[in-house]
Amino acid sequence: MFGLNKKDSALLLLVAILTMMAPFILNPFPTDSGLAQFNAGYPDLMQRFVIFGIFAIGFNILFGLTGYLSFGHAAFLGVGSYSAVWMFKLLSMNILPAVILSVIIAGLFALVIGYVSLRRSGIYFSILTLAFAQMSFALAYSVLTPITNGETGLQLNLDDARILDPVNDSGSLPVTSLFGLEMRSSFDLAVGPWDFTFSVGYYVCAIFLLLAFYLAIRIFRSPFGMMLRAIKSNQQRLNYTGLNPRPYTLAAFVISGMYAGLAGGLLASMDPLAGAERMQWTASGEVVLMTILGGVGTLIGPVLGAGLIKYFENIFSKINDTVLHGWFSFLPDGIEDFLVTIIHPFVGKGWHLTLGIIFMLVVTFLPGGLVEGGQRIARLFRGKKTKDGADGAKTEPAE
Amino acid sequence: MDGIILQILNGLDKGSAYALIALGLTLIFGTLGVVNFAHGALFMIGAFCAVFVQRLLNLSFETVDPGKTDFLGNPSMVKTPYIESWFGHDIGSAIIDWSVPLAVLFSIPVMILIGFVMERGLIKHFYKREHADQILVTFGLAIVLQEVIKAFYGANPIQTPAPEALSGIATLADGIVYPVWRIVYFCFATVIIGGVFAFLRFTTFGMVVRAGMEDRETVGLLGINIDRRFTIMFGIAAAVAGMAGVMYGPINAPNYHMGMDFLVLSFVVVVVGGMGSLPGAVAAGFLLGILESFASTTWATTTIPGINQIIIYLVAIIILLTRPRGLLGKKGVME
Repeated sequence: MFGLNKKDSALLLLVAILTMMAPFILNPFPTDSGLAQFNAGYPDLMQRFVIFGIFAIGFNILFGLTGYLSFGHAAFLGVGSYSAVWMFKLLSMNILPAVILSVIIAGLFALVIGYVSLRRSGIYFSILTLAFAQMSFALAYSVLTPITNGETGLQLNLDDARILDPVNDSGSLPVTSLFGLEMRSSFDLAVGPWDFTFSVGYYVCAIFLLLAFYLAIRIFRSPFGMMLRAIKSNQQRLNYTGLNPRPYTLAAFVISGMYAGLAGGLLASMDPLAGAERMQWTASGEVVLMTILGGVGTLIGPVLGAGLIKYFENIFSKINDTVLHGWFSFLPDGIEDFLVTIIHPFVGKGWHLTLGIIFMLVVTFLPGGLVEGGQRIARLFRGKKTKDGADGAKTEPAE
Repeated sequence: MDGIILQILNGLDKGSAYALIALGLTLIFGTLGVVNFAHGALFMIGAFCAVFVQRLLNLSFETVDPGKTDFLGNPSMVKTPYIESWFGHDIGSAIIDWSVPLAVLFSIPVMILIGFVMERGLIKHFYKREHADQILVTFGLAIVLQEVIKAFYGANPIQTPAPEALSGIATLADGIVYPVWRIVYFCFATVIIGGVFAFLRFTTFGMVVRAGMEDRETVGLLGINIDRRFTIMFGIAAAVAGMAGVMYGPINAPNYHMGMDFLVLSFVVVVVGGMGSLPGAVAAGFLLGILESFASTTWATTTIPGINQIIIYLVAIIILLTRPRGLLGKKGVME
């Protein structure tokens, strides 16, 4: 299918089904049950899942294939957001030109930053990208205020030009759309106690995710992808064979910057504002966490990691003491209080702690992330019989 | 002229903090070959040692003040710190006043212990793995440490004031006035840096460590347990970061993410100074601190807008591209 082999087609199909059915899959609990707060099937969060999935897929093309660890990738996301919002302000509320521009601008940024940073490798590369991202962040916050609107963040105004759109005299801000299809419009489906929301914005993002995922598979399986892996495994040998690795790494850097720009443009399309904090290095750190947690160098890993972290951030962080008491209410009072006291620091506002611990455990024991974990479990169940086959077929976990 | 001296002074105290953290980072990198992203968290824990000591000294019991009532007519309560009741009012309040310098003493064993636990418990297992893995696991550790501190002390900055005698403003010369504590911080940093260098240069232990930094294998073959010495150096590096944090409290109230803010800059400092070079780290720390303070003058910001925000990164980029080894970096270290 689409020039993919059987295994990759199956993977693409799986992702397609997962994303298309996400409103069902992420809403497993009836709305009136106590577990309803674990439902992640509301449009805002689902959009974040797929947008950060795109971001992480792009980051993985650079880090997973070439091994270059960039600590400044959020800069491209931020640049993408800014350019998209500017398109909404100047041209039209249609998201298509906005997304296209954000990809192009982010790509240009990545070209410049990559050209300079890729002259060094290893930790120096990480520091250089970090320095560039921090510089962009600091400038966006202070001097570039005419373009970025500084601390407030770039927002839409009633008196923006929007030359392609009809004159807006409704007195309220226009909303983003795709040829008239409003991003925030949605369709509710109530099946018994369940409540499913299908949002236009989510499905637009999901289609972009599928395209991005398909492109990533093609890159992974292409001769170009092989070259990138060669750079990772032994750059020196590559040099000795007379190949110059830099054009390849630069291409990978630009592609992954464009992915980040796409993610930024989509973020702005769903909610048309852009702030400098999207470029801060903590945001760059987050995408590193996502990719590692999911599985570096694997195709589906980054998407899983992005989903996991965003789920933690939005759902896990809402578990408070009352909820915990509710869970353990069947236990005697003393034990109940004891358990709540123990669990309390790890949930709610402390979700970062859990995330940090999980991350450390994954880096230490499961360098291939969730994907490797899944493979190990699968191998355990399949037993020794198919072990050799499983070994041969597994995707290379990155060191 | 006065302006220039003032800017240099301004740069020196920020530079001292950079230099101290960068020194610790380089010690760890030079001995163990580990890129420690959790070093900023150690700095932050040091600052919270000061908070802890301050809270400990201020533990107090309440007694009824017989003479007074509050506005509701209840007898008003008077808080007396235990320290004051034990040592008398004068000595007790003096001890409380000097809580930050006392916290330095307290922080040394605590930080060395934390360093040992970190090295033996976690980082030991990462010697043989790639630098990227070391960065990632210590990055995770930094998040965890930060969250633990946040769980205990909350997200707001907590003031740790300097002793009254050292918190005023000194007149250094005509027209140059400067906060005393910042001068103290600079002197303190100089002493610590000098101490570390002297320790490495003039003691047998330091000699062995330096030999181990040059050629670990040979030192091991000579029958010296170099791993244990490197662990001790890790503890010392942690203590240096911790003390830097304690003393920085009065300048900037400690909060749980101060470590990360400093860490990013300190890494830039280390790279500018040259990976693995101790004098380079110290020199680059002071240099970048001073450059940053000069870039914040009105003259600089009007000439090139925003220069104060990006000067450090800009310098780092230029240095990395023109002098790949950094200012004083040795040949063959992580090139």
